[in-house]
Amino acid sequence: VEAGTITRGGRSTLERSSRSRFSDPLFRWILTGLAALVLLIIGFFFVRLLIEAKPAFDRYGVFGFTFDNNWDVSREIYGALPLLVGTIIASGIALVIGVPIAVSTAIFLTELCPRRARGSLTIMVELLAAVPSVVYGLWGIFVLIPKLKPAEQWFADTFSFIPWFGGGNVAGPNYFIAGLILAIMILPIVSAISREVLATVPAENKEAALALGATRWEMIRIAVLPYSRAGITGAAMLGLGRAIGETIAVTLVIGNAPQIGQHLFDQGYTLAAVIANEFGEAASDPIHRAALIAAGLVLFVLTLAVNAVARAIVVRGRHGERAPEGTPAAAAAL
Amino acid sequence: MSASPLAPISARRRRTDKVARALLGVATGIALVPLVLVLWYLIKRGIGVWSWEFFTKDPTGSFLGDPGGIKSAILGTIEMVALATLIAVPFGVGVALYLVEFGRDGRFASVVRYFVDVMTGVPSIVFGLFIYITLILTGDFGSFAGYKGSIALALLMLPVVTRASEVVLLLVPDSLREAALALGAPRWKVTMRVVLPTALPGLVTGSLLAVARAAGETAPLLFTAAIVNATTFNLDSRMNSLPAQIFQDVGQPNPRLVDRAWGAALTLVALILLLTLTARYFQRRTRLA
Repeated sequence: VEAGTITRGGRSTLERSSRSRFSDPLFRWILTGLAALVLLIIGFFFVRLLIEAKPAFDRYGVFGFTFDNNWDVSREIYGALPLLVGTIIASGIALVIGVPIAVSTAIFLTELCPRRARGSLTIMVELLAAVPSVVYGLWGIFVLIPKLKPAEQWFADTFSFIPWFGGGNVAGPNYFIAGLILAIMILPIVSAISREVLATVPAENKEAALALGATRWEMIRIAVLPYSRAGITGAAMLGLGRAIGETIAVTLVIGNAPQIGQHLFDQGYTLAAVIANEFGEAASDPIHRAALIAAGLVLFVLTLAVNAVARAIVVRGRHGERAPEGTPAAAAAL
Repeated sequence: MSASPLAPISARRRRTDKVARALLGVATGIALVPLVLVLWYLIKRGIGVWSWEFFTKDPTGSFLGDPGGIKSAILGTIEMVALATLIAVPFGVGVALYLVEFGRDGRFASVVRYFVDVMTGVPSIVFGLFIYITLILTGDFGSFAGYKGSIALALLMLPVVTRASEVVLLLVPDSLREAALALGAPRWKVTMRVVLPTALPGLVTGSLLAVARAAGETAPLLFTAAIVNATTFNLDSRMNSLPAQIFQDVGQPNPRLVDRAWGAALTLVALILLLTLTARYFQRRTRLA
């Protein structure tokens, strides 16, 4: 700082005090340190996870552990394919049921809903995210499973000619119920992100469509959806990431049978559920424990991959706008 | 949509429009069905279980006799979530402050931002595993403990707090910062006295939403804090929590324990809804958003 004309005690009044000369860089370094700590924590945990899972990978091989179709605790054989397939089936069902409803909800709320009802409807959809996993599980076991069983059996009997979807006896807890619960659980997040994406469609595009004589629906189809396709795909992928990692609700309603189910209404298992379920007994058995940690690692890598792809699509779908926007609630929903 | 004299909208197009709009409305209705059903069954099955004893007695652990209440679970959840909040909120807001005030669009800031997003996607059970293998498996820090559950919850809250805070801090107008700097205030003082107070309601919203999320988590607590019966205020001992208690009771072939699970679930959801609605209230008070 250039010395000013007014000086006091031999120092310009415009000059910063010596205290702030030290405290400013200090403040900056503390905050930078916190940010660096985030990276350190993630890196550290990843390495620890690798080390603890190593015994399982050494014994069965990375490929063998991940893709062998045999999970038998009593014979100490750990091949995670049934868990992996179960995870994919359950979250696949969740996407098929949840995404169309979530996106429809988002379109309705942004384009069609009367302004007066919009706020409260939005909050109600977001409240679905406030119900904890274990409560969905409780509700699934004691309400959804018994109430839906006759309908599921009717469906299985009527469509028994469709391989995998029909035929067979409906088990109480099964893939379909797990997928349905997951669909409910990912609905608020997919809907919230889709809404955020839909809100970025320029009014000019919509007005242009309407001016050309399009009906409301045609306007949505030709102006809104093409513009936000990438963002909505990303939202669905983020929902998929959520569904893959969801643990407690799925544990309670999927039946926890470590085989690949024969049909849609058969029992199964997921990566997350096996960890929650078998951890108690595995704590004293090193190889079982390593197998569960390895299952956790597979789950971690799977969600990382899905999320990375999803983020890339969402960011690309933002049309060059700089990342986070919207309300803190919307950001927290991510 | 009145028909234009130039090109009247055909009956088919009008019908398609009506059907499509109706379908979108119906889908929104369907989306709300689970919320209504879950709340309905929670109240129906849970409210009858509520009593003075239910909230003031610990679970007895007896299978056939009196199952007791959920006092230790409520207090455990409050204690662990409170500690997790004390860790995650300063940490998360600090990281957000770095990103907004110093990092901006730099490369390091982008990397941090990316990994915060990565953390958002990590399943909660994996956070539980992290804490288990670093703080319990190594044996250096003893066995299951409440504070370990808190750390797992804090990790889960961290990205939520950071992301929400970043959004709010970005909304603080640069003119405010420039005005304070022009008056000669050092950077840290501008941040602490100008930026943070301006963004406060939004920061509270983000933090409360993170708290609401953490309060309902079961998976990371199962193998960090475990499940016990007795109330404890010692964060270094095993600690009960509402979600873990519900998880345990659900699997029991005893209707009285299942009833307790419904009562506890209603308590938990009431608690979380209260937090969420408080968060919304603060959000509406934000002058920025």
